Amino acid sequence: MKARPASAQGHGRFWVGLLPWVWMLFFFVLPFALIVNVSLSTPDLAVPPYVSPFAGAAVDGAPAFRPDPASYARLGGELAALGTLAADRPYLAAYANSLLLAALTTLCCLVLGYPFAYRLARAPEAMRNLLLMLVMLPFWTSFLLRVYAWMGLLDSSETGLINQVLLGLGLVAEPLPLLYNTGAVLVGMVYSYLPFMVLPLYANLVKLDQRLPEAARDLGARPATVFLRITLPLSSRGIVAGSMLVFIPAVGEFVIPDLLGGGSVMTIGRSIWDDFGPNQDWPMAAAVAVLMVAMLIAPIVLLQRHGRGAGRGE
Amino acid sequence: MNERMPQDGPESLAGERVHLRIESLGKRFGDTWAVREVSLDIGEREIFALLGSSGCGKSTLLRMIAGLETPSCGRILLDGEDLAAVPAHRRPTNMMFQSYALFPHMTVAGNVAFGLRQLRPRMARAAIAARVDEMLELVQMRAYAGRRPHALSGGQQQRVALARSLAREPRLLLLDEPLAALDKRIRQQTQFELVGLIRRVGVTCILVTHDQEEAMTMADRIGILSEGGLVQVGTPGEIYERPNCRFSASFIGETNLFHGRIEGDRLVGGEFPQPIRFVATVALQQGGEAWLSLRPECVRVHHRAAGDACVPERPDDNAAPAEVAEIAYLGGRSIYHLRLPGGGSMIASVPAAHWGEAAPPARGEPVRVSWPAPDGVLLLR
Repeated sequence: MKARPASAQGHGRFWVGLLPWVWMLFFFVLPFALIVNVSLSTPDLAVPPYVSPFAGAAVDGAPAFRPDPASYARLGGELAALGTLAADRPYLAAYANSLLLAALTTLCCLVLGYPFAYRLARAPEAMRNLLLMLVMLPFWTSFLLRVYAWMGLLDSSETGLINQVLLGLGLVAEPLPLLYNTGAVLVGMVYSYLPFMVLPLYANLVKLDQRLPEAARDLGARPATVFLRITLPLSSRGIVAGSMLVFIPAVGEFVIPDLLGGGSVMTIGRSIWDDFGPNQDWPMAAAVAVLMVAMLIAPIVLLQRHGRGAGRGE
Repeated sequence: MNERMPQDGPESLAGERVHLRIESLGKRFGDTWAVREVSLDIGEREIFALLGSSGCGKSTLLRMIAGLETPSCGRILLDGEDLAAVPAHRRPTNMMFQSYALFPHMTVAGNVAFGLRQLRPRMARAAIAARVDEMLELVQMRAYAGRRPHALSGGQQQRVALARSLAREPRLLLLDEPLAALDKRIRQQTQFELVGLIRRVGVTCILVTHDQEEAMTMADRIGILSEGGLVQVGTPGEIYERPNCRFSASFIGETNLFHGRIEGDRLVGGEFPQPIRFVATVALQQGGEAWLSLRPECVRVHHRAAGDACVPERPDDNAAPAEVAEIAYLGGRSIYHLRLPGGGSMIASVPAAHWGEAAPPARGEPVRVSWPAPDGVLLLR
């Protein structure tokens, strides 16, 4: 049979090209629209526990749209009360905690991950794949299991592994309160997200032309100057990519703060959980989620800009 | 090695002061020696080429001088000062890297200024700007000061790299394959430009190259490296006319090599059908193995009539019958590939004027080849 190569290929390309868009439609756009819809609903004691803005009586045959801005008004109210003293601002506090925790996590991952990635990229070529495998090794066990393992390590009683060692060595007289605080959460977050920082940094640093730092050294730059003026700026894309990969999921992280923080650290994830669950305030939870997505779009746009603009020519 | 300069007295190299002295320098990677026992003196303002094929250790040697590699043994002395304890960033040397290694995130001016900003005591901003201007003017790149390296052509990048490596007024300029990244078309012109600039600045220069033409065009003296060791050091003319071994003879220019045994003042038993007369310059061991190097332009080619016995015209000439196998016509001269009786072959470069009114021999024609004995160079290794 005589094929129609050109057009057949064109069709194939069209459908394959469509796939990501279909995926985005069904797994991001539609769910997000649903969440936005819920966020504009009125809480109700029913199943589901809200009244959709489209649920009211039809006007002139078309369904009427009557959004309830109460949830956003609460968030706005907290923002408006920012200047006042001692006001109760649970949502704002959750946002602030999450952003701060994510920022700290990103910073720690960067500081720890950069030397990791640098050594990896400078390792003999035959060793690199093995070392990369080691970086990814933790992923071979369940994420939840690893967080529970941290609970076992950090446990604040005599049974905690770290406390056992410290007590055994006589370094401390009483077990340290290692678990259920911000420090424990940060340790768990950095541990879990470190590979997401190391991998893009490695991919960037391995491409760095080694003659550039050598040329800088030859031109009289001390090792610290070589790093700050040559290596660091030339790996900025990797730094941005790694930071985004850590920061964005870290903002919405729920499991680690909940398990290692024991409720002591209020995060966005925790507040959404509370409102969807015990508080039965779905519109509020949805509004919090919508605002979080809106906030995260800003850094993503920045990332896009950076990818296109500066740091060209490797 | 016989080209080693006398250890005493700073005077050598035709009256030039010794600027850089390399003593028994070696570098080992694992169990292999990349550079072994290299000793060399380089005079002030000299342009010296390290010539060798890839993997011969020439770049490692250059990197040791720059301080980017640590020697396994030996010393490097610049104006009598041992550089061993001086780290790369404090050495008064600057290097132009292969494919230039310009910093892609800085402008042309930023690249040239980089080395100046590292100087201590600090240079004033205005002084740096003025020096950058001066350097870019020198390489005629002032108009491009604000450009990024990726927006420049290969030749322009090369000039910026040169300006960058000259900006700090190094006492020794190191060039690693300076023109290898350029098109062949612009390479030759750039060779002259580069030499002109280096001479104008008056800096001592060591360049590393695998291209014998580049070395011969640019350098005052050439050091031929093979398997990490210096094989021969000399001016391009000395090496071409008086190679000291088969490697030098065939690395620089083309040559005919005849293998044989020494018997009296003849080389016998080789591919050449007659015993070869040569002029010995050193004492020889009778019966020893040797090679004769004969440059193609030293070979004379004549028409051979039937019955010509090919007896040498003069007593110290070599002569033999041959047959034209191939001819490469190059305009002013032609390269004749000749078949010798007994299966050997040789090449001859014959100027067109040699034939005068007569027609040059065609492919397959019988000819007579000859050369005066002093034109051949006897090699013992």
